[in-house]
Amino acid sequence: MLSPAFLSQLRKLLPPHCVLNEREDLLPFESDGLAAYRNTPDVVVLPENEAQVAAILKLCHAEKIAVVARGAGTGLSAGALPVDGAVLLVLAKLNRIKAIDPLARTAVVEPGVRNLAISEAVAVHGLYYAPDPSSQIACSIGGNVAENSGGVHCLKYGLTVHNIQKLRAWTIAGELLEIGNESLDAPGYDLLALLTGSEGMLAVITEVTVKLLPRPERAQVVLAAFDDVAKAGAAVGNIIAAGVIPAGLEMMDRLAIQAAEAFVHAGYPLDCEALLLCEVDGVNEEVSADIFTVREVLTASGATEIRTADSEEQRLKFWAGRKAAFPAVGRLAPDYYCMDGTIPRGALPQVLKRISELSAEYGLAVANVFHAGDGNLHPLILFDANQPGELAKAEDFGGKILELCVEVGGTITGEHGVGLEKIKQMCTQFATPELTRFHDVKAAFDPDRLLNPGKAVPELHRCAEWGAMHVHGGQLSHPELPRF
Amino acid sequence: MLDAYIERIRAAHANGSPLIIHGGGSKSFYGGADEGEVLSSRKFTGIVDYQPKELVLTARAGTPLAEIEAQLAEQNQMLAFEPPHFGGGATLGGSIAAGLSGPRRPYAGAARDFVLGVRMIDGTGQPLRFGGQVIKNVAGYDVSRLMVGALGTLGFLTEVSLKVLPKPAAEATLQFEFDEATAIRTMNQWAGQPLPLSATSWHAGLLSVRLSGAETAVRAAQARLGGEVLKDADAFWLRLRDQATPFFDKRPLWRLAVRPTMGPLKLGDAQWIEWGGAVRWLASDLPAAALREAARSCGGHATLFRGNAPIDGAFTPLAPALLTLHRNLKQRFDPKGIFNHGRLVPDF
Repeated sequence: MLSPAFLSQLRKLLPPHCVLNEREDLLPFESDGLAAYRNTPDVVVLPENEAQVAAILKLCHAEKIAVVARGAGTGLSAGALPVDGAVLLVLAKLNRIKAIDPLARTAVVEPGVRNLAISEAVAVHGLYYAPDPSSQIACSIGGNVAENSGGVHCLKYGLTVHNIQKLRAWTIAGELLEIGNESLDAPGYDLLALLTGSEGMLAVITEVTVKLLPRPERAQVVLAAFDDVAKAGAAVGNIIAAGVIPAGLEMMDRLAIQAAEAFVHAGYPLDCEALLLCEVDGVNEEVSADIFTVREVLTASGATEIRTADSEEQRLKFWAGRKAAFPAVGRLAPDYYCMDGTIPRGALPQVLKRISELSAEYGLAVANVFHAGDGNLHPLILFDANQPGELAKAEDFGGKILELCVEVGGTITGEHGVGLEKIKQMCTQFATPELTRFHDVKAAFDPDRLLNPGKAVPELHRCAEWGAMHVHGGQLSHPELPRF
Repeated sequence: MLDAYIERIRAAHANGSPLIIHGGGSKSFYGGADEGEVLSSRKFTGIVDYQPKELVLTARAGTPLAEIEAQLAEQNQMLAFEPPHFGGGATLGGSIAAGLSGPRRPYAGAARDFVLGVRMIDGTGQPLRFGGQVIKNVAGYDVSRLMVGALGTLGFLTEVSLKVLPKPAAEATLQFEFDEATAIRTMNQWAGQPLPLSATSWHAGLLSVRLSGAETAVRAAQARLGGEVLKDADAFWLRLRDQATPFFDKRPLWRLAVRPTMGPLKLGDAQWIEWGGAVRWLASDLPAAALREAARSCGGHATLFRGNAPIDGAFTPLAPALLTLHRNLKQRFDPKGIFNHGRLVPDF
């Protein structure tokens, strides 16, 4: 609980409508996009400018009150879950596009600007902002930076870290950090990379300069069906080995295909085990050459059916099924739990086989949606939260999938972040020395650990308590810690 | 071998004795002068893993770039950031520690954009592993990228995993007789259009533009842009990448990184423009403060890239808040300050 004295100090910094602490006002902020995790915040502040952000941070620093930053609240790892006794700092009202420089191909935006709004605002110049997380209609750029968000075009166009060039951010002490500049690099350590994906643990961002790209002249998509997921997985590697870097390369398994088709009638073939959507974009001639290669490779890789979208309408229809995959799967069960591991693509058949075995063990169905180009797997575990114990079972199953991803040389999160959700699996992926260095990085910015406490990096003693142990090369990773 | 490095660094940490990290020595001119015993990665070589279908290569720090590039070329792949070799011997570790990129950088990305993971030994002798071998990975802070351009001040890199890309099927370089202002404007205008650009350069009244992609795409762009086709273009870009033309022999040689659209800087005629206008190489005797101020007012920073004598403070000094963070990070990764003292920041 926050003291009345602190709340009254907070109120002095902001207009009355920017401070919420009535219960009904607080409820909308009790979770982010991962609704299974809920906690009512003690107080929500919605600053309207940078000076107010700085003032809030200074006050919280002086009073040693924790701060959880939140953007649009679309995150999927409970990274913006309110923390008891903390201020929830919502940056959604900082939503101005401050400048667009079409010739330099940059835009300067406040953190609350929605991802898609940037591309919409610069479309008139023939430009766009490349990272396109599926929540792009709602998610904000500040949150994208905090999570290093990706999307379906990462293999070719990179993640958020590859597409920003400057940040204004504030330390918890209320000190301004200007990181990066208007050229392509900056002196000193790459703090831009360090802050990107730091999940609100190091600083609070108040301005982002994003890089813009020219809109591709043409985009074309090929759909291919396979009677075996392993063949589809091999086809992905073969496309890349043939020298094509697709703009998007997506795979869906049988359950996902059927759910999507039933939902949006995209015209997908239903008698197959896996579906690949391969989109190439760029200049006209490049696209023609790539489509030719992709079709050849898909044929040689044993596709049972190959279709090339022959119009923009059909291209969008092919994508409609994939884009609706999550809500479509959502119709199959009362709840689903979306995982976010990344694996080396070559390990796909092995990983899918193991997931299907686990699915049988847990008695929970799984639909697999896969950013195949960059190895980012989104298994959707179907469950019913109203059945006692099913959520815990789904979470346990999900944890097993993530541990499997680490085992094959991958990672527990490709784009959703660790947040609170995957904090246990961090103990599987990282050993004590690395976790210690993560805490060191945190301490370099925020020695009192006031920013988003308890998220992203687990305390070492918690790893031992959870029994989630990093085993690498047969060596136990926390040998110095007591075990119970 | 790794154990020997760990031992050596532990001992240096215990005694507080400074070490200078060396790879191939091709970039020993770069950054501030440092003092200490040489810790060479040169013998720690070898490609550990290369999966062309995964677009990932992992190699030990001392592996020569030339060896890596030859291996990639066999599979028709490349390091898309075109790291400079500077006369030969450049190693993977040195390239990543220096964080320098070549002509393709503005169109394909920088060294830091292609780093997926590192293994390193910190200043206490603790071996560490960050990132991995997959393209999308947001677990934990991005310490791998923090090492890129840190000039070895945070740790001794032992192994690096990189994303690699297919080589373009075709390339062509076009040249145009343009004055400086026209060249800068043109580079930026073309970069905002769907054109297969992969490098740009302007020097002595000549704009050079490289196109890369499918044969048909390169030919179509060529027809659209006009200009004269440069013969022996590969050699031209290699010389620029490695600074192997007489222009780059001048001292002191400054690198001004600026907003790419910035018009002519009017800081003298001895100038070579790269990276779509974002980098201006300058042979100039002007005082450091004047050049740094000029770069700052153009949205960037100035580096004394090659000097006549050992350099004290090659890089633009950091703002106080950033300097504090640098000091804090250094303190955590190398508490006794044994690695490359003064190379990146004069004080540590």
